[in-house]
Amino acid sequence: MEETANNIQTEELKPPVTSVGVIGWIKGNLFNGWFNSVITIVTLYFLWKIVPSFIRWAFIDSLWISTGAECHQAGGACWSIITANIRFIIFGFFPYELQWRPLVAMILLVGLLYYSQNRNHWKKSLAYAWVIGLFIMGLLLKGGLFGLTPVESDQWGGLPLTLLFSVFGLTAAYPLGVLFALGRQSKMPAIKTICIVYIELIRGVPLITLLFMSSVVFPLFLPEGFTIKVIIRAQVAIILFTAAYIAEVVRGGLQGMSKGQYEAAESIGLSYYQTMRLVILPQALKIVIPPTVSQLISAFKDTSLVVIIGLYDLLKTTQSTLSNPEWMGFSSEAYFFIGLIYFVCCFFMSNYSRKLEKELST
Amino acid sequence: MQEISNGATAYNIPEKVPFFHDPAKRSIMFQLGIMLILVFLGYYLIANTIANLERSAIATGLGFLEKESSFEIGESLISYSAANTYARALIVGFLNTLIVSFIGIILTVILGTFIGVARLSTNWLVSRIAIVYIEVFQNIPVLLQLFFWYAFFYEILPSPRQALSPVTGIFLSNRGMVFAVPQSHPAYKYIAVAFLAGCVLFYLLRRWARKRQETTGKIFPVFRVCVGILIGLPVITWWLAGAPTAMDVPVLAGFNFKGGVNVSPEFTALLLGLVFYTAAFVAEAVRAGIQSVSHGQTEAAMSMGLKPGLILNLVILPQALRVIIPPLTSQMLNLTKNSSLAVAIGYPDFVSVAGTTINQTGQAIEGIAMMMVVYLFFSLSTSAFMNWYNKKVALVER
Repeated sequence: MEETANNIQTEELKPPVTSVGVIGWIKGNLFNGWFNSVITIVTLYFLWKIVPSFIRWAFIDSLWISTGAECHQAGGACWSIITANIRFIIFGFFPYELQWRPLVAMILLVGLLYYSQNRNHWKKSLAYAWVIGLFIMGLLLKGGLFGLTPVESDQWGGLPLTLLFSVFGLTAAYPLGVLFALGRQSKMPAIKTICIVYIELIRGVPLITLLFMSSVVFPLFLPEGFTIKVIIRAQVAIILFTAAYIAEVVRGGLQGMSKGQYEAAESIGLSYYQTMRLVILPQALKIVIPPTVSQLISAFKDTSLVVIIGLYDLLKTTQSTLSNPEWMGFSSEAYFFIGLIYFVCCFFMSNYSRKLEKELST
Repeated sequence: MQEISNGATAYNIPEKVPFFHDPAKRSIMFQLGIMLILVFLGYYLIANTIANLERSAIATGLGFLEKESSFEIGESLISYSAANTYARALIVGFLNTLIVSFIGIILTVILGTFIGVARLSTNWLVSRIAIVYIEVFQNIPVLLQLFFWYAFFYEILPSPRQALSPVTGIFLSNRGMVFAVPQSHPAYKYIAVAFLAGCVLFYLLRRWARKRQETTGKIFPVFRVCVGILIGLPVITWWLAGAPTAMDVPVLAGFNFKGGVNVSPEFTALLLGLVFYTAAFVAEAVRAGIQSVSHGQTEAAMSMGLKPGLILNLVILPQALRVIIPPLTSQMLNLTKNSSLAVAIGYPDFVSVAGTTINQTGQAIEGIAMMMVVYLFFSLSTSAFMNWYNKKVALVER
């Protein structure tokens, strides 16, 4: 008797086959309970209906390099619209032989962004690198120095324009937003009122009304014979719009500061500017990094609205490709492609923000 | 002691502070300076504008509202023709904005809640699909989505002759969506009245039940009784009025459908784009709200012997809603503001109509001011509601 009991104790009892391995996983995650089982089966049915036909359309029956006429004959997706027009979609009306310049500028931007990702690199030298980098990018687009052929801003378009709007928009909007946030927290009634009115006014209206304002009303404000390029007016509208949102984000950080910080700064005799620059802002801005990144994402998405005032950003170059009779009717493919570009950019940014949030919270 | 008093006298504030070292006076000077700059800038811009307007002979003021608009609007809730005034055209645009936002908000809340709950599902497949949905729709600009749906209607869907019919009575074609509605019959008016009466009864019953519970402690099954009343009253009315069942089914006549209710492709594309985009954000808000209520709350409620329905009603929802409602209202506001993108796909919303008005009259300042006022009205009323709600649900701390 004793022997058998010992045997049972020492013998390894394996869990039943149905609760480990693939079967166990399926049982635990897909078929736990009758309700979940029904949902799984229904979902699988719909996936079975949709996914194979989508793959068939997108990959098996699709054409990758062909003319528009061939595409109209075929039944599948016509990715040729992308491959045939890729340079126009990406660069717009930028002179054909000079398109390496915006390409280099974009690579530089991506490189800088990638380098800035690591928080160990966040030093003063990085700020200088950004200033120099932005200057070089501007130079590459505009030309006119060091033997580069000048290119008028009317000819800028496509992805560089989208990136230009979002990068310059955010770099300029950020300090402005911080100023408005500080103004809103100020003890001076006039400053406070001006900032509150500005922030609430801008946040209360859609971006498109500001863009209309910049394109239609703003020329009326200027004295006779004095004009500003539409691209700069749109950029200013985007900056003013984003600044109001950043101001609210920063205000959240300022309100999160405990009163002791202000009192401590005051007690060692710091002036208002010293208090803000050395004590409050470094802490407050650090708290609000994640919401600032999500603001960057929505600013990036919002730049697509310049289509409505007729600027040739990524979306508009795609649309004008689609209005070419040869490529008419392939909107889904074209929109899938630029949707993918937007998605990749935004997805990386939001993943980065999540990573940063985790790092900063510990 | 001697030293301390010495120190105090040494750092004593002098009787008369120099003008530029007095913070109060300095701040007044600073503010006056800013105000002066703003006033000067404003004066300069207005002077320029007036000069420019005079030179290009553009009228000012709101006089144009009375004039004949002489442009057609594709769809309107009230009767409108090109012979009507600009004012009426703008009202049509305003109502169009209102209807698309209203329907959009309702659908967004339903879809967003559904996806938010699916995201937290224990079913791996369902939660994965919800994550993919949220990531994809959040990270693509809403304008691109609108263009996509618009192209979907015009390029992918067939002509009315080969219209798709996913469910009996609904037809999808490149002319929009057509669906069957019950034929008009006086009974439907009575049903609406019965439903309203049911709502009033619901409200009164709830008040009575609360009072009774407070005084006697007896619980009245308000929810079940009221569902019965809200469904039962209209059904009984329908039956008493002769149970009309005739449907107005759309029929293909020539190149388009006749009968039923026709929803234009522009409206449907705008609605789909806005709803799918905003629902992704609402789903995230709902998920955050549900996750903010710790599991201990549910266990505590269970240990007190509350039934699952009561746990949801009395413990989970009040806490989750406090987290969900603020981002939810801001998403509703975003949807309303994003509905202004209708102008890009040709749905005649307020911005689109005001844009046409600007093009015809040249009075850009008035037109854009009106757009801003309309959207400010929406956002200010929303934030007023938010303040009221926050005050109502704010935690009462000792």
